[in-house]
Amino acid sequence: MCTTCGCGAGEVKIDGEHAHHEHDHVHADGTTHNHDHDHDHEHAAGAAHAHPHAHAHQHSYVPAHAHAPGVSNKRMVQIEQDILSKNNAYAAENRQHLAERGIFTLNLVSSPGSGKTTLLVKTIEMLKGGQRVAVIEGDQQTSQDAERIRATGAPAIQINTGKGCHLDAHMVGHAMGKLELSDDSLLMIENVGNLVCPAAFDLGEAYKVVILSVTEGEDKPIKYPDMFRAARLMLMNKCDLLPHLTFSVPRAIEFARRVNPRIEVIEVSATTGQGMDAWLAWIETGAAAARGQRQDTVDSLQRRIAELEGQLAARSS
Amino acid sequence: MHEMSLAEGILQLIEDSSRQQSFARVSTVWLEIGQLAGVEVEAMKFCFDVVTRDSLADGARLEIIALPGTGWCMQCSMTVPMTEVFGECPQCGSHQLHVTGGTEMRVKELEVA
Repeated sequence: MCTTCGCGAGEVKIDGEHAHHEHDHVHADGTTHNHDHDHDHEHAAGAAHAHPHAHAHQHSYVPAHAHAPGVSNKRMVQIEQDILSKNNAYAAENRQHLAERGIFTLNLVSSPGSGKTTLLVKTIEMLKGGQRVAVIEGDQQTSQDAERIRATGAPAIQINTGKGCHLDAHMVGHAMGKLELSDDSLLMIENVGNLVCPAAFDLGEAYKVVILSVTEGEDKPIKYPDMFRAARLMLMNKCDLLPHLTFSVPRAIEFARRVNPRIEVIEVSATTGQGMDAWLAWIETGAAAARGQRQDTVDSLQRRIAELEGQLAARSS
Repeated sequence: MHEMSLAEGILQLIEDSSRQQSFARVSTVWLEIGQLAGVEVEAMKFCFDVVTRDSLADGARLEIIALPGTGWCMQCSMTVPMTEVFGECPQCGSHQLHVTGGTEMRVKELEVA
């Protein structure tokens, strides 16, 4: 695995092609290859002051406590940065790009085998003729899921994470560039089947949607609380099987709300179509908000242009 | 969870900083990890050792500063200590808690040469 960006160098593939990255490598002897000039700046907590311009800014100081003789060149460097800050910066970039185009994006997360892909195929089929959908599929290996999506006619791209257990915002940014996304459309990101790691990685989505199938344990929300806390909506899938199971829907909901009091819940069955209308209505509410936001931005830009044209006309006449 | 990816994130922050601050070796790294961040400290130390091998932080000591978990209890309208993300309010037993602190995962500072 690549120790510079954690991308699983040579292993991450987007639709079968290796994802290319530029790397800066600093070696133990201090030699740096591939210099870039970052203009990040970092502050100590409490040293809050606004910088209108970006320049490298880190604080370092010689520690007050004594060191062994001969190592007096030691000093302290304050970093004060979130470990996931790189990922979060890529996610913010993705989110802005999606917002500018009015694209409503969902990050679908669950254990393997919860029926995510089947649910997605059914959703796309039911949206046919209405909302346009594109899909980013994440799996460790194979492009079978992307092929299942493409069979519905929707554009899909497969990211193979190799050994990676989750998608990150950098990979998703690359995949977005390769997909032909239309304005005011829907982008569904099917994450790697894993209820742990994807919780921590923001991809730039509007919401995470966690899928819990009723053939799993109803206590999963408290066993894997991070994921249920990160999600806005829980889809309870395979509800057509409830008569054959001891799974208690109210208990599962209670467990989910214990972790995340605000989580919304919709019971669905991708096989029988039960609850699918409520799920599609939920999507439409979010998609309408994304479209509305883009329209507002366009409107305000047009007003600004009209204003400037007015000013220009006044000066040139 | 995902300590390997986090360890790689830490090394990346260190390498970025080494370019801005011109240092070649790191001897100690201080991390601030919240109690509710879902980070297994032992796993993190193991992954950090693996990831930093042959890097400028090879052999560096990892010091973890644990930050307490806190939540806002909607029933009591006050901040209460939390030890688990699905914990209950120690005052009233309610699960209507909103986590307000303890999910931090930050590289705080480095001792460098």
